[in-house]
Amino acid sequence: MDRSRLVWLLFVALLLVLVVNPLARLFWVSFQDPDSGALTLTNYLTAFGRWRYIEALVNSLVVGLAVGALCVVFGVPMAWAVSRTDMPGKGLVWAAILGTFIVPNYLGAVAWILLAGPNAGWLNRVWMALTGAAAGPFNIYSMAGLVLVIATYSYPYVFVFTRGALDLISSEMDDAATTLGAGVVRRTLRITLPLTLPAILAAFIVAFLEAIALFGVPALIALPGRFQVMTTMLWQFFEFPPKVEVAAAYSMPLLAITVALFWLQRRIIARKGYVALTGKGGERRLIRLGRWRWPMLAWCLVVTALSFFMPMVVVLQAAFAKAWGRGFSLDNLTLRNVSFVLFDQRATQTAAWHTFVYGGAAALIALAVALAIAYVAHRRLVPFSSGLTYVAMAPFVIPGIVLAIGFYAAYTRQPLVLYGTAWILILAFATRFLPIAYANSDAAIRAINPELEDAVRILGGSRALALRRVVTPLLQRGLAGAFILVFIPATRELSSAIFLYTTGTQVLSVLLFDKSDEGNFELLSSIGLVLVVVTVALVMVGFRVIGRDFMLRRTSTGVGA
Amino acid sequence: MSKLALREVTCRFGAFTAVDRATLALARGEFVSLLGPSGCGKTTTLRMIAGFLDPTEGTIELDGRAISAPGHSLPPEKRGMSMIFQSYAIWPNMTVAENVGFGLEVRRLPRLEIRDKVDRILDVVRMRHLRDRYPAELSGGQQQRVALARAIVVQPDVLLLDEPLSNLDANLREEMRYEIRRLHDEFHITTVYVTHDQAEAMVTSDRIAVMNAGRIEQVDEPRALYARPRTRFVAGFIGRTNFLEAEVRGDDVTFDGFAIPRARFADGAALGGRLTFSLRPQSVHLHRQPPPASDRAALLPGRVVQRAYLGEHWDYAVRPKDGALLLRVTARPHEVFEVDESVWLELDARQMAPIAD
Repeated sequence: MDRSRLVWLLFVALLLVLVVNPLARLFWVSFQDPDSGALTLTNYLTAFGRWRYIEALVNSLVVGLAVGALCVVFGVPMAWAVSRTDMPGKGLVWAAILGTFIVPNYLGAVAWILLAGPNAGWLNRVWMALTGAAAGPFNIYSMAGLVLVIATYSYPYVFVFTRGALDLISSEMDDAATTLGAGVVRRTLRITLPLTLPAILAAFIVAFLEAIALFGVPALIALPGRFQVMTTMLWQFFEFPPKVEVAAAYSMPLLAITVALFWLQRRIIARKGYVALTGKGGERRLIRLGRWRWPMLAWCLVVTALSFFMPMVVVLQAAFAKAWGRGFSLDNLTLRNVSFVLFDQRATQTAAWHTFVYGGAAALIALAVALAIAYVAHRRLVPFSSGLTYVAMAPFVIPGIVLAIGFYAAYTRQPLVLYGTAWILILAFATRFLPIAYANSDAAIRAINPELEDAVRILGGSRALALRRVVTPLLQRGLAGAFILVFIPATRELSSAIFLYTTGTQVLSVLLFDKSDEGNFELLSSIGLVLVVVTVALVMVGFRVIGRDFMLRRTSTGVGA
Repeated sequence: MSKLALREVTCRFGAFTAVDRATLALARGEFVSLLGPSGCGKTTTLRMIAGFLDPTEGTIELDGRAISAPGHSLPPEKRGMSMIFQSYAIWPNMTVAENVGFGLEVRRLPRLEIRDKVDRILDVVRMRHLRDRYPAELSGGQQQRVALARAIVVQPDVLLLDEPLSNLDANLREEMRYEIRRLHDEFHITTVYVTHDQAEAMVTSDRIAVMNAGRIEQVDEPRALYARPRTRFVAGFIGRTNFLEAEVRGDDVTFDGFAIPRARFADGAALGGRLTFSLRPQSVHLHRQPPPASDRAALLPGRVVQRAYLGEHWDYAVRPKDGALLLRVTARPHEVFEVDESVWLELDARQMAPIAD
């Protein structure tokens, strides 16, 4: 038995700490009496015993469905336009969608409060100025507002999925229909659309799941609007004194829905008969839109205005304004907010520092574990190797908030107390984004022919030498990209951080959320801006290292793996 | 004592037996091919010799010392062998010289000596001028030469080749066959060569072991293998052949429609009972007029049923007048016969090989 096996087993153990133990604990405590520790169903009775709690669950489902539908409305025409037509301004649309990915969704929520807050919101003020009415019609603190904000930050999923499917449909299929006498409309409806339908459905499911798992946006919009969704409800269970057991029980439907729908999503994508989705691209020609080019572009610009341009303008304005309500005049301009965030306030400096250190550490850990597990799984170095893949990908179907509850349940007590230290945040981030790291590591390892390692060994080198001299150098490029792909979401993660931070371990996202109570939107926007600038810098590095479309690939989100 | 010996080596994956009691011995400096269709167990056998796989049963010995046995095999890095892989497995992150020098580096040779040896072997494979290139900048044939140089430069105890030419185009493949044989004649490294291509095996090998369904069916020199196949599989796999059912009756061997005296066969006295012969299409000759009788050949009248001109030779299908046989006959390009033409078939009994089914 070779000694390297101990190293592999160590990583397998780490995987258990990151994924299996928190989930097992989550299940366990949901059936546990908080005082006596005895097995009980009381937690479930408490969690689902009041109409208020059930209503939050129903609200979540309504939001999810509405968001999914709206995302399809937003994203599918854009994907079609960018992939199949000669619409002008594709580069701009492309950049705006990438921008949408880059803006953290809770910052988007802040922006939309500035845009459509009752009375004071920009849109309402414009409306009042134009019509002379006493009050504007928009109120972001509503179910409709919540749906709109989440949809504007989730439709890129639909866009990416649909475009991926469209890119694989060759013009020859269209041509085949044309030779049989079908026009553009009939071809699009009968050929293109059915072929992309599985991808659209899959994207709908992802958007739905994203919507019901989101914490930041509902907390900023639903709570002031005096209604609850599941995630905000879970948060309330955690208000002092935290009722972990009830929260665990309450998170079960969320977990069950997510797992079931992801399973369904995989089934849809994997369905046979849609050979076009697996075949090679073939030749593609663009459809000429003629005079419909401009309306198509207008639609794309409307959507990206909602998701990117308008929010960015108001966030920038607020970040550099003495008081955002005073508008765009020069004498309202100041650098005070930004310098306050960056230089004056200890809390923000520390939080910024934490954000980077935790994000970086989480990315490194996730990558190390993912690589080791991917390698072990591909080379079958330990028994049950292939099962490890599922474990490594499992966090993908666990909402961040549920994962946080699992971590809380697992690591606030002996034998391993991490709560109160930075480690619980780092490990939770690492776990949350492990699937992204895994999808990338898996692809990287798969690309390395095992014979390259065999060649080292037959010439007298050990497996360790093969790893050092051959595997590591070959992985480097891909891994730099994977690091960035984990680092970016880790620097902005809110939903798991909000449950696990303590006063000494704040990160920027948590700070931003905490400050939202004070109504100091200039400060919120400045913090958000810092995050965006950081992300943009990272994305730039990503462009250099991996290529232009790295953020918009499926492996970027782990979805395609 | 043989250099490398396989004794009753078996390898099972679950219920599937990939290699079934393979026994083979190589003399020092011998070049032996494992030849067989895909899935016959030849690569599995090679990987067991290399140490990447443990045998389920049996042992593999190197210089009389067991290196593979169920449960305690020497790892590949301790065997002093080298191997050429189907994918060549040239490390893309190292230059040609670094690739070739790697094994010497692992053996902790002084830097200057490594440089020297690398340059010398690159001369041998005619790759010296490309020593600082990266593999991505090389053609398939050049990568193949790097793989050869890398495997040979360490002067391995045993050299293993796993379908090394299967990724090359036809012309290059033919050139590399001779290259591999040339290198063997120069370095005399004990070699096991896995291939599914009989021409490759015949050009390169001292002996060929034909494998089928996990078993080694016959080990022989290329000529013997072709002329005297011992099983139906070997006869059919190495070249094309005619199978003739026969029965020994007294002093005659009777076929469907004709008989040949037993004495005319190579091992006539040993023949008996019902048996099958393999008769190569090249061993049958066609004539317009009956040739002068000889005491070796059998003559029978027949008729051409089908023909095809393949440039280098003719392919005829001829039906003897009596019986239901249909014989494939290969003739030289100038031996032209029309379909339906009556011909005389000349069969050489000494070139008919009795086979076991």
